[in-house]
Amino acid sequence: MTEQVRSMTLDRPAPEAPALSHLVEQAKAQAGGPPPEDDIPLYAARRKIYPQSVHGFFRRIKWAVLAVTLGIYYFLPFVRWDRGPFAPNQAVLVDFPNRRFYFFFIEIWPQEIYYLTGLLILAAMALFLMNALAGRIWCGYLCPQTVWTDLFFMIERFFEGDRREHMRRDGQKWTLETYARKGAKHFTWLMVAWWTGGAWVLYFADAPTLVKDLATFQAPFVAYAWIGILTFTTYTLAGHMREQVCLYMCPWPRIQAALTDEYALNVTYRYDRGEPRCSAKKAEQLRAHGQPAGDCVDCLQCVHVCPTGVDIREGANLGCIQCGLCIDACDMVMTKLGRPTRLIAYDTDVNIKRRQEGLAPFYKLVRTRTVLYAAIIAIAGGIMLFTLATRESEGISVIHDRNPMYVRLSDGAVRNGYTIRIVNKRLKKREFIIGIDGLPATLIDFVGMPPRADGRQLVEVGPDQTRELRVTVTDYSTKPPAPSTRIVFKLIDGETGETAEMRDHFFAP
Amino acid sequence: MAEEHKEIDALTGTPTTGHEWDGIHELNTPLPRWWLWLFYLTIVWAIAYWVVYPAWPLITNSTQGVFGWHSRAAVETDLEQLKAQRGPMMAKLASASVADIAGDPQLSDFARAVGRVAFADNCAPCHGSGGGGGRGYPNLNDDDWLWGGKLSDIQNTVTHGARSTDEKGHMGNMPAFGRDGILKPNEISAVADYVRSLSGLSAEPGTDLALGKKVFADNCAACHGPEGKGNREVGAPNLTDKIWLYGPDKQTIMQGIQNGRGGVMPAWGGRLNEPTIKALTVYVWTLGGGEK
Repeated sequence: MTEQVRSMTLDRPAPEAPALSHLVEQAKAQAGGPPPEDDIPLYAARRKIYPQSVHGFFRRIKWAVLAVTLGIYYFLPFVRWDRGPFAPNQAVLVDFPNRRFYFFFIEIWPQEIYYLTGLLILAAMALFLMNALAGRIWCGYLCPQTVWTDLFFMIERFFEGDRREHMRRDGQKWTLETYARKGAKHFTWLMVAWWTGGAWVLYFADAPTLVKDLATFQAPFVAYAWIGILTFTTYTLAGHMREQVCLYMCPWPRIQAALTDEYALNVTYRYDRGEPRCSAKKAEQLRAHGQPAGDCVDCLQCVHVCPTGVDIREGANLGCIQCGLCIDACDMVMTKLGRPTRLIAYDTDVNIKRRQEGLAPFYKLVRTRTVLYAAIIAIAGGIMLFTLATRESEGISVIHDRNPMYVRLSDGAVRNGYTIRIVNKRLKKREFIIGIDGLPATLIDFVGMPPRADGRQLVEVGPDQTRELRVTVTDYSTKPPAPSTRIVFKLIDGETGETAEMRDHFFAP
Repeated sequence: MAEEHKEIDALTGTPTTGHEWDGIHELNTPLPRWWLWLFYLTIVWAIAYWVVYPAWPLITNSTQGVFGWHSRAAVETDLEQLKAQRGPMMAKLASASVADIAGDPQLSDFARAVGRVAFADNCAPCHGSGGGGGRGYPNLNDDDWLWGGKLSDIQNTVTHGARSTDEKGHMGNMPAFGRDGILKPNEISAVADYVRSLSGLSAEPGTDLALGKKVFADNCAACHGPEGKGNREVGAPNLTDKIWLYGPDKQTIMQGIQNGRGGVMPAWGGRLNEPTIKALTVYVWTLGGGEK
């Protein structure tokens, strides 16, 4: 029983476990008649899928997307971007030790992690918009699971042949050649998986240096560990689990189903044109007699090319990732038969019904939901662009002393202590002036930092760095200060005059 | 037994265990083999663990394990690593003078970081977590010092203490003028009012400030100075400023004159090492009241 991993299936009845089927029949006979309808088994063993290769418009798009996305993933860490002597020259780098994220001309500090939140909002809304326009095109073209599985299918076909050859060899007694072919396939899969893990770690350190360190076994253990983990996940997910990930692991198909509507384009079998199915010859005869004949010749090409083993003619289907490969397969057949293409196409059930009623098809891309998603994308993207463009390159944060809250000096004046942190996000050394608004007569003392020879008190902060200072503020006004006074610390760049402010309080007895 | 339980469930094709409750049959679904192998592996792992690491409690000890690993040894290794990491900077602290440490920005930052922790561990119980002090315990943030606020003064006080067991510690007590019969109650009251007047505080109506002044000159000026400005040699506070160690009200002052005062600062020289004391000195000096 163990090899019959049972799991939830789609709306198809599951094939019975072969060894036990006669026992089941026996038991059914004893029980007297078939089980009631709500007792249909919810379990199905996995059927191995041998998708056939296909050529056509959507296949070419998928190859192009695969080449571009994987090209970006594998080679982006090697792209250089000059930032001067005080920052790394890698275009995209997550620098954990120094707590910086670099993306070309953008440099993000840990406190600006909200940009990541913005990116996540944009990503979610882009996904929803794609879904509202054309269903699961994310799943079919862009999802890493799809892209890597596609790559692994390509490798599999290279070593084990296309669908028929592969099935024939698997069905026969395995020969030395079968083992050799399978061995070569798994080796190549592992190499691709290993490169996938290797590329991942390059985003977290200087890529050329890390490649050299990895090759000479000088790299940190964590790098090897991550390569190992991602080699394993890539090899397992793309090589072995494949459509099972989409069917059983991924939450998106469930969420997607709740977000779609009747106007979203889906890969659809145009049954108004396809039914009734019959052979090409019979269809010709029927047509000659003016009787209805469908275009579908039941060649099953659409099923054979499907990477998730779906029969699209059953209608909208949880397993369908809408990659459009069945469209290509069907178009090839229709072209050969001299019938119009796109018997399967990106279309809606609404349009099928309209065509059946003799109405023109109706495409409604501008709908409340598409407009809303687009608006949210525009707003979130706009806010992010605005904050990025007007982002301040200096900052000040202030912590008032907790104990003591204030100090009475021997001459009766009141003093407060503060810890200040100055942030310099520019990639050069800067000098700042610090002042206070809100107290009439104050003296600011920078602890352990004597003024310069010219008497000016400038605080120097290194490139792309912060500096912590202890500052005491003494009130010398003749009137005793209020128990709590609002004050504002002002940070001014001595050269450019750019300022940053932080509010705090001055406490007194 | 197996002969009796050959019933097969019609819907799933799975044999049942033969157990039945109210017509519900229990399917005999075995555990997946991969799961079982993982389970056996964990047993093997546990046995290996017993052999390799300390595991079984004995009467006075426990099994030691062939690796000889010990959590205490692991902590000690970590502490050694930390020491090695701080080594170069701590060596600089040990060799440099407090003045040099305070003058070097990098070294000063390091000393303040070390000093902050050492202060919280050793000094905060009396002086407060930020050195804010309390009644009888000086506030280290202000500019009023009993024994001096220069770097060398602070280092000296921290090392040897005041009225401590260390022979080199600061000495000097406020005598119990009342209890020992040196001053009469009316004289104590008068001199207390006079002391308050030195820093501009109000005197009680009808008090004899001239008597107070005379008593002060005869008894107090020896330590507190003729003008009441204090004397750091003997830790006599400056009575003319706005800072009061025990409080400015007349009652408190009279209590001090009656029973004397003599707060103790322990000597830390034997308890803390030299670099830590230097770090503490720089930390306290930079709290805000340090004198040049």
